[in-house]
Amino acid sequence: MAQSQPTAPASSPGRRDDFLEVRRRADGGAVLVLRGAWVTARWRELPRALPVAAETVAALDIAQLTALDSAGASRLAALLGAQRLQALAAALPAERRALLERVAASLAAAGSPPAPAPRDLFAPLVALGRTTSRGLAHLRLLVGFLGLVLVRLGIALLTPHRLRLTATVHQMQAAGLEAVPIVTLLSFLVGAVVAFLGATVLQVFGAGIYTVDLVAYSFLREFGVLLAAILLAGRTASSFAAQLGTMKVNEEIDALETLGLDPVEVLVIPRVVALLVVFPLLSFLAMAAGLAGGAAVALVELAVSPARFLAIVEEVPVRHFWVGMGKAPLFAFTIALIGCLEGFKVTGSASSVGDRTTSAVVQAIFFVILFDALAALFCMEMGW
Amino acid sequence: MSEAVIQVQGLTTRFGATVVHRGLDLEVRRGEILGVVGGSGTGKSVLLRACIGLVRPVAGEVRLFGERLDGPAGDALRRRFGVLFQNGALFSSLTVAENVAFPLVEHLGLPRPEALELARARLALAGFPLEAAERYPKALSGGMVKRAALARALALEPELLFLDEPTAGLDPITAGAFDRLVVTLRDALGLTVFLVTHDLDTLYAACDRVAVLARGRVLVADTLARVRDTDDPWIREYFHGPRGRAAAAAQR
Repeated sequence: MAQSQPTAPASSPGRRDDFLEVRRRADGGAVLVLRGAWVTARWRELPRALPVAAETVAALDIAQLTALDSAGASRLAALLGAQRLQALAAALPAERRALLERVAASLAAAGSPPAPAPRDLFAPLVALGRTTSRGLAHLRLLVGFLGLVLVRLGIALLTPHRLRLTATVHQMQAAGLEAVPIVTLLSFLVGAVVAFLGATVLQVFGAGIYTVDLVAYSFLREFGVLLAAILLAGRTASSFAAQLGTMKVNEEIDALETLGLDPVEVLVIPRVVALLVVFPLLSFLAMAAGLAGGAAVALVELAVSPARFLAIVEEVPVRHFWVGMGKAPLFAFTIALIGCLEGFKVTGSASSVGDRTTSAVVQAIFFVILFDALAALFCMEMGW
Repeated sequence: MSEAVIQVQGLTTRFGATVVHRGLDLEVRRGEILGVVGGSGTGKSVLLRACIGLVRPVAGEVRLFGERLDGPAGDALRRRFGVLFQNGALFSSLTVAENVAFPLVEHLGLPRPEALELARARLALAGFPLEAAERYPKALSGGMVKRAALARALALEPELLFLDEPTAGLDPITAGAFDRLVVTLRDALGLTVFLVTHDLDTLYAACDRVAVLARGRVLVADTLARVRDTDDPWIREYFHGPRGRAAAAAQR
């Protein structure tokens, strides 16, 4: 590269001097002298502006450049413009030229990043509208799926040979039998807590013995079935969503359809039937465990013997038990339906499986508690 | 020839009762692109994972730049190589630009705006169209994912690049462009590349040397012409089968 006689450096304030300097050639063209290490590690110190206009730079002097990597090269391209850098690099020795030309060419080809979207004053309103319409669309989907499952369930019950027995029994084991320890333990503990509460409050009025009634009524009517439902929403709705979602990601559900099989019949009906069978049993277990927890506390705190406890429980009208058990099939159906639907809503990626699984649990618990509250109101009005 | 960047000596790896490598030796020299091929289940990807320290060998050792990854220099060593995983392994919760900026923020302590600026330069270098830099990985095509992942592998300006099946799942045109990109980047940045592949075209278009894995060992590691003429049934089948002949013909 033909170096002309350098004259006095053009002024450039600050530490920019460490990295570059501009010299005038005899013919008036500017020579950009690069110094030091233009590397990733010093990215923050690299100059952000040229002391002269980029178009006036006629040559690069890299004799004092100690290191250059693609970060340094791209900063240089930002300073000079990609095309200008390409033109200037042509006069450099081969080992630097390859890098500079490659970076300049790639920056020229890559285009520019999109401009940030302007701030929209109505954005929160738009977001609210989107959320609402998405919620409504989801509700419609849920009702549609409910209809579809009911029809398939009806067909399965009318033609029992089409019910997949192995799959159903497998789901019964996974959702029912394997949930027995956790349902029993938690119901026992909640039963004990209710009894403690009752003992604390009622003993003040000398009505400590009514603790037994408190535990019996609450567990037979509400807590037994509700606790079992909340546990199954967390345990089973999530696993249904994750199982079906993974199958969706794997294209297994598409494969089923192309094999002429109905995914609802093959995958959903066994799960729904399994829950309809095992959930009432689990609810019964939860009631019994809750009463046992209450009995334990009654024995310790109130000195009520288990026999006496049972005698009082026997006096509770049996309709309370039926009110509780009557809700079990409804809850079972809700949990299975939401778990399966969320599984089918999975799209493409693994992260979508996680999102839908979370959504399945939240929705299942929401609907279970909502239905329970409605049922409580209804039964109260009916005088049951 | 020049120094060895990767030295694998007597490497034995095992998963349960399955032995993947039995005393495998391999050397990768500075500035070369080494293609590793072999049938399914011969441990190509496991070899790559052993090199980058994700699989612990039962016996033998791997040295990068003469140092062991599990030694005291391990952490410094990790910044000197970049890895392109088979499916890109882009962080799904970050945009493409943030994915590339992530190691810059974590390791160089750059503030976010500057890291993003440098990330865009890296993306451009990997041939990623910048107008898509604010997208999330799930909105990218297969070729774009590979380029974005390559940009992230290049983020810390590594000297050594590991590519696991870089062209798998790409259409032939995109795959060919990616092969050329790897070569240009090697020439421009002076990289050493360890490339695991199934793609015969990649071997012809990009690799300086080819290592063939079989029966837990490196059967042969040499230039493509010499590897092709090695007398081994698998190599004959691989290079002289219909696909091998087509790839060779395409290069002439």
